[in-house]
Amino acid sequence: MAEQIAEDRERAGAAVALPAAPRDSARAARADLRRQIARLEAQLAELFASAFPRRGIEWRVGAAGGPRVLGIAELERVRDALAARLAEARAELARRHAEEERKRALLEEMIAFPERHPFARITAAEIGQPSCATWEVRPRWGPVGVLANWWRVKLSSGCPLASGRLPSRPYAH
Amino acid sequence: MVLGDEVVPEAGWVAPELRRELAGLALRYLLVERGPGRSPKRVRERLAQLSDRFSGPQAINLRHRSIPHAYRVFFRHIGLDPDEQPTPVEALALERMRRGAFVSRNLLDDALTIATIESGVALQAFDADRVADRLGIRPSAPGEVLEGRPGELPPGTLVIADEKRPLALLFGPMAAGRGVERATSRMLIAAIQVAGVPDIAVEEAIWLCAQVLRS
Repeated sequence: MAEQIAEDRERAGAAVALPAAPRDSARAARADLRRQIARLEAQLAELFASAFPRRGIEWRVGAAGGPRVLGIAELERVRDALAARLAEARAELARRHAEEERKRALLEEMIAFPERHPFARITAAEIGQPSCATWEVRPRWGPVGVLANWWRVKLSSGCPLASGRLPSRPYAH
Repeated sequence: MVLGDEVVPEAGWVAPELRRELAGLALRYLLVERGPGRSPKRVRERLAQLSDRFSGPQAINLRHRSIPHAYRVFFRHIGLDPDEQPTPVEALALERMRRGAFVSRNLLDDALTIATIESGVALQAFDADRVADRLGIRPSAPGEVLEGRPGELPPGTLVIADEKRPLALLFGPMAAGRGVERATSRMLIAAIQVAGVPDIAVEEAIWLCAQVLRS
């Protein structure tokens, strides 16, 4: 009877699902982890570009002792480290954005009402700009301005003059 | 190999276990019948023009471009951190930012710089007379050493090798005496291809390097 049932199944072409061999499933797991790592790397790269010119954000994840083929546990550690770094970088960037927004509002207030912010100083880096500019509230005509409550915002470019030797050009313009 | 007027790079071998595990990994190389030498004026001019075209915004967005991104992902897959050990194209970009220009050194280094920056593909050069037969990529065997480095290589370290011995760590240092030196008269220009790097980009990189070397 059992033989008849098995024969009927074969004739009907019933597909019998076999469990995946352990080696195949491990390779599939590694391939999936590599895809996840690729996606996280792309997100980290995007964040890196959008964070510029802000400095002091840590982007490194750490090496896993390569170059070699990593196992499942090692790939998981790389993936988890990337995910953690991405979360930390996003949080840091959000914190800086909030601070820069606060400074931008303060800068507008300084320009509109300088007398309310004597000697206040804001740099371009504090509002997320790449230049060396600095805005500073200074009294007009020195001590006279202080006494008469005459203030203004002074913008300094800040960048030092270029100095030192440039790489020698191989041809003359 | 020559096909009509075109010079076609040879295909290196990749160990079967690596081909299964790291799909897309490949090595292509080309023999150039000359040594390094000094860069002629037009190569130095070309390098200077490349310096002018490649600036901060390009460097920042480099990791977004498909080919540099592919190498960064591959670095992570083999246990390297591309922010600690930059990929070849990013290493050149960092040097450009630090020094203010791509500095001319010699014809080979300048050719590799031009081809790597233009294509994004990782290139390396070997002394062809110090390479036995074909080049390939494989894991190191127990007891193998990289000439000039103390101690044995950890088994399973990915290396570029010929039929006899490891010649260099993959994306790492080269064995002593296997690279190009002043006395080299023939060079092998090798491109390491990874998943996400098109074949045509690899061929173009090798062709570009060879073209500069023959200029």
